[in-house]
Parts: sequence; structure tokens; C-alpha cells
Amino acid sequence: MAEETGSTGAAEQSGGSTASSGGGSSASSSGGSSSGGYRPRPAGGPGGSRGPRPGGGPGGPGGGPGGPGGRKFFRRKKVCKFCTEKIDAISYRDVRLLQGFVAERGKIVPRRLTGVCTTHQRKLGQAIKQSRNIALLPFAARF
Amino acid sequence: MNRTYEVMFIVRPDVEEAEIDKLVEGFSANVKQSGGEVKSVEKMGRRRLAYAVKKFNDGFYMLLNVAAEGGVIAELERRLRVSEQVIKFITVRMDEEEKRLEKVKALRATKVKRSATPAPVAAVEEAPAAEAAEVEAPAEATA
Repeated sequence: MAEETGSTGAAEQSGGSTASSGGGSSASSSGGSSSGGYRPRPAGGPGGSRGPRPGGGPGGPGGGPGGPGGRKFFRRKKVCKFCTEKIDAISYRDVRLLQGFVAERGKIVPRRLTGVCTTHQRKLGQAIKQSRNIALLPFAARF
Repeated sequence: MNRTYEVMFIVRPDVEEAEIDKLVEGFSANVKQSGGEVKSVEKMGRRRLAYAVKKFNDGFYMLLNVAAEGGVIAELERRLRVSEQVIKFITVRMDEEEKRLEKVKALRATKVKRSATPAPVAAVEEAPAAEAAEVEAPAEATA
């Protein structure tokens, strides 16, 4: 897959560099053979394989979809508290519930640490922001 | 087309209870006049605020459940803003949320009916099959 894009990319790139734009669009073989001797490797090919992998190290051996927060070892899979206890409505009024998902300084805890599922995390965020607005939770605590 | 709203507001702590009642009466009368309905008034009591609002550290929380059109609520909000005793308020629209909760409850009721019959494992998984159970349930209710 990379080779195909690489070759067409090379043809386009070389077409641009030698200012023969017509050669790149039509009859790619003729345009390629004229200046394709050295095959300039554009950054698209190997750069693509280099790019999205830096997070692959610590994330790999963890293997858990919800689990490790950057650790190398297996964390037990955390389940969403709302899904298991079947809590439907997350209201801004129940501060006790919301406080469990807020850090000491008042920040909202990311879902990879709490194990909440996406839909509930979004509702939770909304509820926390509403309760902050009505002064039930602080915006920034413990100065 | 009446929408349901939840209005929570904070009254200054140095205001008497009688005055708060008068205030709420005024709001309810205004809502009723414009064709809305105040479903419930709840006094949540004096609470410590998470941060200082207008130099007050605690306030008297009030909760109003109102069913009215949008214009009525806009007028109520304007009054809350203008009133000197109210230091903070938030309005949340609740009718969509209530509809969703009802749907979830109905779905759960049908699931429970299915799990009363043998094969409880199937009942937990099959959410689309719950709709098939809904077809059965009215038939059972009529019979």
C-alpha cells in the first residue's frame, strides 16, 4: 500500500520539481521514466509509518482497552460505574456523586483513570460544569 | 407544546424566609399569568458556596420545576437577573431528558418481563429483541 502511494507520490513530486505538470497527470509511465531514475522518496512514504507509532510502546503491553494510564503492566479492567449500577440520570444536583469524579483541585478526572464509558463521561462533564456554574462545585480549589 | 425546565437559584443568606416566600410567590404568579405552570418549589436550604459569589460565602438554594413555553422562561430569567436577592441562577431544560428516561424505563420493564421466563442470559444481552418483546407485551396485557 505504501509503495503504490509512494510511486504515484514520487511521480507527482518529480513532476512538480521539474516543472512538467502535464507529465504527472497524463501517462504516468512516460512522466515517471524520464525523471524517475533516482526515485526521490517523498516524506509521505516512510514518514507515514514513522508517524503514528510513538505511543505504541507503553500502550502495547498493557493490552487493556480501558486500563493502563501509561503503565507497562496489566491493570484490571475498570468498568463504568454508571453502566453497572444502571444510573441513568446524572444530575448536576447530586454533588456527592459528582465529587467522586473530580480531583482535589477541582479538575474533572479523565475517563482512563475512572473507567467511565464515553457517553457517561460526556454527561458527567456536562453535569459537573453545570454544578460549577451554580456554585455547588468549585472551578479551582485549594489555592 | 410545553417544555419542562428546572430553575435553580441562590438567594442571599441575609434575607428572611418570609421574604424568600414572597419572592417565589411573585415568580409563580408571573409564570401562571403567562400560561405556564409551576410544578414544584423546593427549598434546598442554606449551603456553603464552593466559591464566593457577590462576596457571600453561603446562600439559600431554591429549586423550581416549571412547565411553560420558552418566552415565559425568558421572562422569569429576566426577573431573576433583575432581582437583588437572587445572586445566581441556572435553568436546565428537562423535557428531552425526561422523555429519554421514560424510554429507558420502559425498555427495562420489557426486559424484566422477558427474564421472568426461563433463559435469563438472553434477556440481558438482547436489546433489539426487547422490541420484539414489546410486541408480545401488549398482546399479553390485552389477553
